[in-house]
Amino acid sequence: MVLGQEVKKIRSKNAGPFWLTIDIFCFDDKNFQDIQTRLDTDTVARLFQTDLSQISRFDIASLQVIKFSLPRPHIQGTAEDSDMHGASFAVLLEELDLGP
Amino acid sequence: MRKNEIVKILVPAGALGIPYDRVALDAGLLEKPDLIAIDGGSTDSGPFYLGTGTSKYSRSATKTDWAELMDARAKANVPLLIGSAGTCGADTAVDWMLDLTLEIARERGEHLKIATLKSGQDQDTILRALERGAITPLEHAPTVTAETIRETTNIVALAGVEQIQAALNTGADVIIAGRTTDTALIAALPIARGCHKGAAWHGAKIAECGALATTNPNSGVVLMHFDDQGFVITPMADDAKATPYTVSAHMLYENANPYILYEPGGYLDVEAAQYRSIDDKSVRVEGSIWHDTTPYQVKLEAARCAGFQTVSLVMVRDQHYCRHIDAWVDALKKSFAQKALKNGISDVSLELRIIGQNATLGALEQRRHDAVEFGVMAIFTSHDQSRSQEAAKLLNPDLLHLPLTPHEPMPTFAFPFSPPEMNKGALYEFCLNHVMAVDDPMDGFTLEITES
Repeated sequence: MVLGQEVKKIRSKNAGPFWLTIDIFCFDDKNFQDIQTRLDTDTVARLFQTDLSQISRFDIASLQVIKFSLPRPHIQGTAEDSDMHGASFAVLLEELDLGP
Repeated sequence: MRKNEIVKILVPAGALGIPYDRVALDAGLLEKPDLIAIDGGSTDSGPFYLGTGTSKYSRSATKTDWAELMDARAKANVPLLIGSAGTCGADTAVDWMLDLTLEIARERGEHLKIATLKSGQDQDTILRALERGAITPLEHAPTVTAETIRETTNIVALAGVEQIQAALNTGADVIIAGRTTDTALIAALPIARGCHKGAAWHGAKIAECGALATTNPNSGVVLMHFDDQGFVITPMADDAKATPYTVSAHMLYENANPYILYEPGGYLDVEAAQYRSIDDKSVRVEGSIWHDTTPYQVKLEAARCAGFQTVSLVMVRDQHYCRHIDAWVDALKKSFAQKALKNGISDVSLELRIIGQNATLGALEQRRHDAVEFGVMAIFTSHDQSRSQEAAKLLNPDLLHLPLTPHEPMPTFAFPFSPPEMNKGALYEFCLNHVMAVDDPMDGFTLEITES
């Protein structure tokens, strides 16, 4: 199963023109703990073709949320940018297969 | 500090132009707020608006919504405050909003005292600040040189609570502020009246998107209560509730760090905040901490013109070409390079995006599949609009007819328009993600009064 089918919701959004932030909302504590151990930050870095050191990760147990923040693949609105609001990047995690 | 001072702020929506529940607004007025405050903009729609100093919303829609809030202001007899007016908060956008306000006041037969707070920064001031080392890059900021500053079409500083308080202190009925932080326009009054600083900033962050921190985001209207220990959020729509989850989860939204919020003059830390329901729709929050920092710094935003673009669009439905779309697009690139060389066009860059394949995620796309059709979007960028248009016309015959191999019959693809190319105008880029130290918070901000 892909990650998007295992959790409640995944969203991505600009955090200002230079940063992207991705929130993974889990169903409950058990789901959160499960995803927390199976999803490593390396995988996210590979998906976004960036260096591990560029990614901040927040595991927020009280909200059952795992959050990643990273520099935008391209600065918002530059000639190279293809998603002004950054909401489509969530798909990369939604379609990620974490294995059994 | 006056003890036990309570400040109530009515926030009608996340931004002027976003729909909100009219009945909920009326319910909010019955709560006797001290201020009606609404955000007017953000960088989220992209650099064009700051680049041009214009609003993304239509004048007519903005006028309709603003007239309703001016009516609400008259009923409540309290100040009405908008921050980041006209999407970008540039001086021209403040003037645009002032013009609208005067027009509405005339039509309503109202005599109003209107304060405008302008955030626009002149290039020379910023260049001098850059030279003396008063401008510091934030994380992942682009490199800035004197040339970058000279290329900007608009530079704004984000006002904090100090500048908004100066505007409130004029006793104006309506306050139109240029670029402000989303939070400052809500935090200013409670802080001025001695409410808890951490609670004021935290509550402001929670309310800056209207009812987004509740179970009914589209209802818009929230009432914020601030006191000397915390804040309470109450959505005004009948079917909306704030819960500890909806409120605390809002710190995630558009924030790179869910615990820390940097603002002019300091930062907010909400890691120790406690959220609890106090009735069936309100949440009280205590324990957020504000830290003052020195020197006093304001964040800068700027946009520069990075060229001009022309865009052509062609649709490919032929299955042979769909199967070989990458090869076809490569052939287009090669043909363009040859034609550009032959015709002396070296000042135009071409990017081809395959819609239906990876036009959204680009190199990050993971999936491949067979498609019924593809769109090919050709984006030409140059220093001059006539040059990008010339290049688009140069590629036009290839977009329509280029065969994969010289020996196959000449194909004809589908142009959705005549002509297939559109001049998109200027391309703007955000070019500052920096903070500037100032001696006095009002340095670089201009406060003016207009009577209607």
